[in-house]
Amino acid sequence: MPTRIFTLTLVFVSLSCLGAAGTSVQLLDANIDLSKKTSLQRGAANFFNYCSGCHSLQYMRYNRIAEDLGLDESLVKSNFMFVGDKIGNTVKVSMKSEDAESWFGVQPPDLSVISRVRGADWLFSFLNGFYTESERPTGVNNLYFSQTSMPHVLWELEGYKRLITPSEENGDDSAIFETVIQGKLSEDEYQEFTRDIVSFLVYVGEPARLVRYKLGFWVIAFLFILFIFAYLNKRAIWEDIK
Amino acid sequence: MNAIAKNAKNLVGWIDQRFPLMSIWNEHIAQYYAPKNFNIWYYFGIFSMVMFVNQILTGIWLTMNYKPSAIDAFSSVEYIMRDVDWGWLIRYMHSTGASFFFIVIYLHMFRALMYGSYKKPRELIWILGMFLYLTLMAEAFFGYILPWGQMSYWGAQVIISLFGAIPFVGESLQTLIMGDYVVSDATLNRFFSLHVIALPFAIAGLVLLHILALHEVGSNNPDGIEIKNHKDADGKPLDGIPFHPYYTSKDFVGIVVFLMIFAAVIFFAPEMGGYFLEHNNFIPANPMQTPEHIAPVWYFTPFYSILRANTVNFFWIPAKLWGVIFMGFAVMIFFLLPWLDRSPVRSMRYKGWISRTALGIFVISFLILGYLGALPPTPARTIVAQIFTVIYFLFFLLMPVYTSIDKTKKVPDRVTTNAH
Repeated sequence: MPTRIFTLTLVFVSLSCLGAAGTSVQLLDANIDLSKKTSLQRGAANFFNYCSGCHSLQYMRYNRIAEDLGLDESLVKSNFMFVGDKIGNTVKVSMKSEDAESWFGVQPPDLSVISRVRGADWLFSFLNGFYTESERPTGVNNLYFSQTSMPHVLWELEGYKRLITPSEENGDDSAIFETVIQGKLSEDEYQEFTRDIVSFLVYVGEPARLVRYKLGFWVIAFLFILFIFAYLNKRAIWEDIK
Repeated sequence: MNAIAKNAKNLVGWIDQRFPLMSIWNEHIAQYYAPKNFNIWYYFGIFSMVMFVNQILTGIWLTMNYKPSAIDAFSSVEYIMRDVDWGWLIRYMHSTGASFFFIVIYLHMFRALMYGSYKKPRELIWILGMFLYLTLMAEAFFGYILPWGQMSYWGAQVIISLFGAIPFVGESLQTLIMGDYVVSDATLNRFFSLHVIALPFAIAGLVLLHILALHEVGSNNPDGIEIKNHKDADGKPLDGIPFHPYYTSKDFVGIVVFLMIFAAVIFFAPEMGGYFLEHNNFIPANPMQTPEHIAPVWYFTPFYSILRANTVNFFWIPAKLWGVIFMGFAVMIFFLLPWLDRSPVRSMRYKGWISRTALGIFVISFLILGYLGALPPTPARTIVAQIFTVIYFLFFLLMPVYTSIDKTKKVPDRVTTNAH
């Protein structure tokens, strides 16, 4: 018994030591639903309207997007693609990398697998985390990615907001924003807009995600039926073992 | 039907005159007598074989589409994930398989610790198993570089740099391993070769030896009793049952259940929250940019923790070299288990409370070290890691003492079984 108490104390002490980690800003909950095709379609449209000027999806093919999202290829051709691009091509940017570097300081990253690096919540938070800061060359900073080189591309939709530094006295570390310039969309609409983009990027990060849940269900169902027969077989064979 | 059976018999007869088919079948399967009291812990040997086959088969198909070059490697993995038919499934089976291989191996080893399976006369099975474990670690390490993401690259860089801590030859050894002065295309190519040819061969050979040694002395069991001591008139162990059809049918049930869990991870959580597939490994390798936090995959983290726990230069030996020494020692010390354990009984069922507590604390320290190894170090965490590193080693170093003084229970003559 004393050994058990000793063991438990050991675990408790070590776990309490581990808890002391640095605090970071709490991410927003992206709350995406990949089974909503319309959300993915809107996300694709938003991406090609606002993001694809700078960000490529070098591993994603146009016709795969069309097929997976249930879009007509001609629709994809006329709305998402540059003139002369082929439907089987991957999504590239027309901006030269030297230009990008001189404009932004860095080349805007390819977003093919960004959702797998950062996660949906981070992307959603990032797109909702821009606030004005006059010292920055772009006029904005980001709560979730400090000193980002990316300007607030979606400003006309969201508008501009100011960060009110939370006071430490009341112990509330959640960020509070205050609208400076009203955008075209309401707060809810903007969140919905960015949520669609994030859904689309999560899909782009792993197109197989759309099928693997469904397939997984059938594989496990098959194995379960196999299990019943395997078990009955075993029980029959082991009958004479005492 | 009769004609088919007759033809089959003729064929077996034809082969048997030229090859010892039936005698191999009988010796290792149909008339290999295994104790009848195996419990759930005795599934993990067959599970690791299933995982080995899984890795070989999926590996063959991955190799058909993977390009081992610094320029193409990352893209070719994405190509497999997107454009190759069922490529994503094959890749997830392989990546999840790697983690599952280690899970079942660790449980298999824990079984041996619990029931004293390494004790005389099974020392050689244990040693061959340890060689398998080492080979598997090398195999996993070489395989992890192949996706050529940031963690692949920098993980390899960190591990290879450990060889640099060896005095005098360290630096040249490091260059020799990498084939370059940094981890590069040359490194990737040679690791690919080792991963797909050399080490799988070694593993297959060692598995064969492991099983041959096992079948020579016979399997241990949860009671740690030698079933060969009680035989019937025909010389068959009274507590033994033929492997086929009894354990083939039982293992098949276990394998199906295991595959259900395996499939659940493959289809619903292949990244396992960043433990099976690390998030930062989806960033292509960039030799110019060191990530803030480099962590090996979970199955190496207990040893990585022990490496990092060494923070003091001591006896003119730098802390890094101490870390390498302790890390190596932490793995190698398992080899000595058969001689460290002085208990007169094999199984935990009949060992005393000291041995049980020691094993319990060891498992906890292994898990906590593993957990810490995946996190960036902080002063508090380092202290915890140091404490558990000491406990880790004490488990082994004090074993001759506590297993000698520990009060054991009386071992029954025959195995104890519950109704099946």
